[in-house]
Amino acid sequence: MSNEELKIKLIELIPPATFEEGNEWMTINIESSNWKTVAQQFRSTAGFEFDYLFCLTCVDWKTHLTMVYHLTSTIHRHTLVVKSKLDRNNPEIETVSDIWRTAEFHEREVYDLFGVKFSHHPDLRRLLLTDDFNGYPLRKDFEDPVNMIKL
Amino acid sequence: MYRETQIISDGTKSPPSGGDLEGVGDLVINVGPQHPSTHGVLHLVITLSGETIKNVEPHLGYIHRSIEKMCESLSYRQFIYVTSRMDYLSSHINNHGCALCVEKGLQIEIPPRAKVIRVLMDELTRLASHQLWWGAMAMDVGALTPFFHAFREREMINDIMEETCGARLTMNYMVPGGVMFDLHPNFQKRVKEFIELFKSKIDEYDELVTDNIIFQNRMKGVGYLSKEDAISYGCTGPTARGSGVSCDIRKLYPYEVYIEVQFDEIIETGGDCFARYLVRLKELRQSLSIVEQLIDNIPEGDFQAKTKAVLKLPKGEFYSRVETARGEFGVYIVSEGGTTPYRIKFRSPGFSNLSALNHMAKGYKIGDLVAIMGTLDLVIPDIDR
Repeated sequence: MSNEELKIKLIELIPPATFEEGNEWMTINIESSNWKTVAQQFRSTAGFEFDYLFCLTCVDWKTHLTMVYHLTSTIHRHTLVVKSKLDRNNPEIETVSDIWRTAEFHEREVYDLFGVKFSHHPDLRRLLLTDDFNGYPLRKDFEDPVNMIKL
Repeated sequence: MYRETQIISDGTKSPPSGGDLEGVGDLVINVGPQHPSTHGVLHLVITLSGETIKNVEPHLGYIHRSIEKMCESLSYRQFIYVTSRMDYLSSHINNHGCALCVEKGLQIEIPPRAKVIRVLMDELTRLASHQLWWGAMAMDVGALTPFFHAFREREMINDIMEETCGARLTMNYMVPGGVMFDLHPNFQKRVKEFIELFKSKIDEYDELVTDNIIFQNRMKGVGYLSKEDAISYGCTGPTARGSGVSCDIRKLYPYEVYIEVQFDEIIETGGDCFARYLVRLKELRQSLSIVEQLIDNIPEGDFQAKTKAVLKLPKGEFYSRVETARGEFGVYIVSEGGTTPYRIKFRSPGFSNLSALNHMAKGYKIGDLVAIMGTLDLVIPDIDR
């Protein structure tokens, strides 16, 4: 499906969603509380079938965090970017590791580096850093103890 | 874990119990962080029932350098050098992905000569990487000789790289706008020598290892990964193509001159270790064919487009992807219009491939784990970043 066709279908599926223009791929903003149901629809609705989550990450915008999911379909070859705003003080979003298995590791990484809590994640522990590490290094206000990196 | 054969009441011995070891308890062992088969500092905590794997839990981060954070403090010209240190066996291709992303943001069209040079370098890197994998893979399952065969030919590629790029491993040759220097005058001659020699060597690889019945017994039917699982786990590269997933970025989303050269996307449907092995071995021939097609057709002209000394990407976000020797490498840059990226994310192929390891290894014997890890072709700095 082309971006326009995708947009028409998406408006039918989730009316409150807003779109971002000017990007290479269709970008959609959704409420974090809706994410799980929407994700299931993206995965299984005929015509969408986004079966491959190729990138999952988070961006710290200083006032809030934004989760970014890059989805593509290996059947229809269309791509969709899903974004969801999170509260910076208590970031929490539903896990999608049962829909796309690759999310299990990627969500652990985001938890490790940004402190986003993924509810119902099967094994939410720090992945790259040690268990007793303090703080979330990829947040913009993280103070590096040895001052190796200055932004 | 050894259990003595039980003597039952009528005096005859019971048949072997077929791995049923209930009540004996599980054994938890650590492989790594320093273990020859992990090819780096990867730590696996394995739960065993007898010799059968029940669970594999990778512990990562032994060489985590927070490259993404580092890149946030470096300019668009500087950050590319750091990416060579991720997947050091595909450093050209990592650099290529980053350069493509910056070029996408700046909307620069690079000269045709630079495009061809980039593809040539990418394919030579892929050859070198697959050669190293082939040698190491055979060594993992107990054949020592192939390692020396593979390194003998890989050395030629390293020499070619050294001549043109000035380095053998972390080349840092691709820059936004093209490549850093022009090709060395000897480049074409030496690449042709390599092609001539390597053509016969691939057949030797086949004779030495592929057709070896002991090797086949170790690989066939081991570490099965279905097509659906490969997609769900986000596996890419030869790991996924061994399970029948079409995922070659060079074919699906062609960049540079890949659309003009003739090559096949190798797909095997076996899903086991041997299928993944075959994909990589056949890719050697494909890469060699790409190099052969391009080596006499390098256009004359500039090797670098004119760019400003200080690069500033417009506000927005950019994503580019390339096919490394391990799979899909993605670069996601969020720019605020400044001279450094606001946020940068590297989607490394090894990370996703590794996440499927537990699923692939469950139910197989501990000895098979080495074969499974070998065919995943893990490069740990690529996973830890």
